[in-house]
Amino acid sequence: MSEDIKKFMYLNRRAPHGTIYAWESLEVVLIGAAFDQDVSLAFFDDGVYQLLKSQDTSGIETKNFSPTYSALGDYDVTKLYVEQESLEERGLTLDDLMDLKWEDEDDDWAEKDSIRLVSRAELTDIIEQQDIVFSF
Amino acid sequence: MAIEVDGKSLETDEEGYLVNLDDWVPGVADIMAAEDDLVLGDEHWDIINFLREYYEEYQIAPAVRVLTKAVGKKLGKEKGNSKYLYALFPYGPGKQACRYAGLPKPTGCI
Repeated sequence: MSEDIKKFMYLNRRAPHGTIYAWESLEVVLIGAAFDQDVSLAFFDDGVYQLLKSQDTSGIETKNFSPTYSALGDYDVTKLYVEQESLEERGLTLDDLMDLKWEDEDDDWAEKDSIRLVSRAELTDIIEQQDIVFSF
Repeated sequence: MAIEVDGKSLETDEEGYLVNLDDWVPGVADIMAAEDDLVLGDEHWDIINFLREYYEEYQIAPAVRVLTKAVGKKLGKEKGNSKYLYALFPYGPGKQACRYAGLPKPTGCI
């Protein structure tokens, strides 16, 4: 089975609301997660806003799907790369983002961080290593 | 399509799922179950309530694999397996239980 596992990465670079891209990406990730592939997500440019904590969409009458990112761990999606430069350019730090965790079944269900802060150069390398890249 | 619950007509989609999540009352589950010749007991309600709580927290209906794992963790290992869940919901614990719970069809359910 292992030779069939491909590395899938989903790039998220748009703000969460106002267009359907962020929610569509999340739904595709959840559907794709059923196929036991090596899945990771990257957040850069305005995509970093997708992970902001305390989002409130009541004023714009759209679904606040930000709680769904917390379910990714249940779907064995445990690698969320966030680009450091994109955060800095927007005056954000890791503390502004949701505290996303996954539970490691092989380590007595220890809670581990899903968000991995990487530099632009590191993210470029990671994207380079993927078999399949989806851009949203 | 629509179903009659407590004298009110509630809109459903072509697969029988509620169109408006806010329309849900427990009677919805009972009436949908009766149409499937099923009487809901406490064990069914454990799963239905669990799904509603999951949706409340994460804003999605979980895939069966995720539901199975989460039920095992929350309600006990003997319930966290597909044999137990399919015995309760023979049309598929994801699809059928989510429909009774007033949730959309599970994401990732093809």
